[in-house]
Amino acid sequence: MVNMEIPKSFLGFKRENGRTGTRNHVIILPVDDISNACAEAVANNIKGTIALPHSYGRLQFGADLELHFRTMIGTGKNPNVAAVIVIGIEPKWTKRIVDAIAKTGKPVEGFSIEGVGDIDTIAKVSKKAQEFSMWASEKQRVECPISDLWISVKCGESDTTSGLASNPTVGNLMDKLEPLGVHLCFGETSELTGAENVCAKRGKTPEAKEKFMKTWNAYNDFILKEATDDLSESQPTAGNIAGGLTTIEEKAFGNFQKIGSRQFIDVLEPAEEPTKGKGLYFMDTSSAAAECVTLQAAGGFNIHLFPTGQGNIIGNPIEPVIKLTANPLTAKTMGEHIDVDVSKILSRQMNLDQAGDELIKSTIRVANGRLTCAEALGHKEFVMTKLYRSA
Amino acid sequence: MSNTDIIIHDEKDNVGVVVIEKITPNQDCNCWIMENDKSAKIQSKSEIPLGHKIAMLDLKEGDTILKYGHDIGKVVKNIKRGEHVHVHNVKTKKW
Repeated sequence: MVNMEIPKSFLGFKRENGRTGTRNHVIILPVDDISNACAEAVANNIKGTIALPHSYGRLQFGADLELHFRTMIGTGKNPNVAAVIVIGIEPKWTKRIVDAIAKTGKPVEGFSIEGVGDIDTIAKVSKKAQEFSMWASEKQRVECPISDLWISVKCGESDTTSGLASNPTVGNLMDKLEPLGVHLCFGETSELTGAENVCAKRGKTPEAKEKFMKTWNAYNDFILKEATDDLSESQPTAGNIAGGLTTIEEKAFGNFQKIGSRQFIDVLEPAEEPTKGKGLYFMDTSSAAAECVTLQAAGGFNIHLFPTGQGNIIGNPIEPVIKLTANPLTAKTMGEHIDVDVSKILSRQMNLDQAGDELIKSTIRVANGRLTCAEALGHKEFVMTKLYRSA
Repeated sequence: MSNTDIIIHDEKDNVGVVVIEKITPNQDCNCWIMENDKSAKIQSKSEIPLGHKIAMLDLKEGDTILKYGHDIGKVVKNIKRGEHVHVHNVKTKKW
């Protein structure tokens, strides 16, 4: 079979630091939960801006606080974001986030509410937000090499069709696009349990292999410490077993199909930006969809692929989430959520190579600006990962 | 092209996955090996629902089940070619 010729470029937004965005958002980023109201009021006042409310940012400490900062800063730095307004209750933490985002060269301004109050803050911030929004609206898409795509992946509401077809379709895309110099990222530490040794072997260097096992072992230790009964009772779940999954290994290998035959070059902390150049990275993330995609977007990834079986509906405010399914029933009953239907693989009317090509075409169209289903439906799940309780 | 009843991920796999509503005993089934886009045939011995596995070979207690080309568990009760493979005859090696 002759493969499709893969497009060499797409239309993206060039940023000051050389990165490329597939979107051109102006975001209003609250540092903490109590600044959400202000951020949402500004986004309501000024068209072309979006607020990213969330639930945390107070009395966090240690590694958990560092992750909070990394997520905030990474979200602001993401190339899908043209300009950023940061609003916090106190100036110190606000400034730390502003200063880090400013290193990209993009417009960013911080405001703090203490001593001013919501109403005057909203008035001041709205003026700056209007300036940013009108400035960003003049940005034009330009032709960019396909290697400017940073693609993250995560699956959800998986069933047997995920491991059979939709996850391998993502793997096929990875096998075709990695040689062209794209950045790729998979995560879901917990859902690799059962395939951890085989996954570790996919590390390109001894350091990457070792780092992966260290990360997975830390997760496993945590599970063994917190688990109230034998994990074999919950993995696979009763629903998984009814659907035909027999062992935790089988479930994990279904998940693992998403990376095709690729090797990962490094293991990233949650929300950490990759620094070792093009290729595949593993990021230590939760397997909860919104948390995982929020962390990957904060790592700098600019487009996301999400295979689903039973129909997960997640979206992200700054990183477009493309959904694919191989479940013909989901494609029919939840059509408004599915960007790419690869259910024909199961009836052999389509092979993996063709499905991979279809996914590449859709990825380029979305990179060029086509709205994903999740974007059209208004899905903007921005969920911070918390490592432990606040002080 | 004939309809596909069973999908096998990898040429090395000793199980396939049913992709039609169900397979009945003594049914002649068409298998598709995804990895190399080849075909195979098998006659079933059990009723097997959608998404569940069928043994492509005779398997003995202690044998390893291969799916996706990888070890997904061990056989705990002998299985004949064409029989249903699930929690009653296969267990994890994890716990």
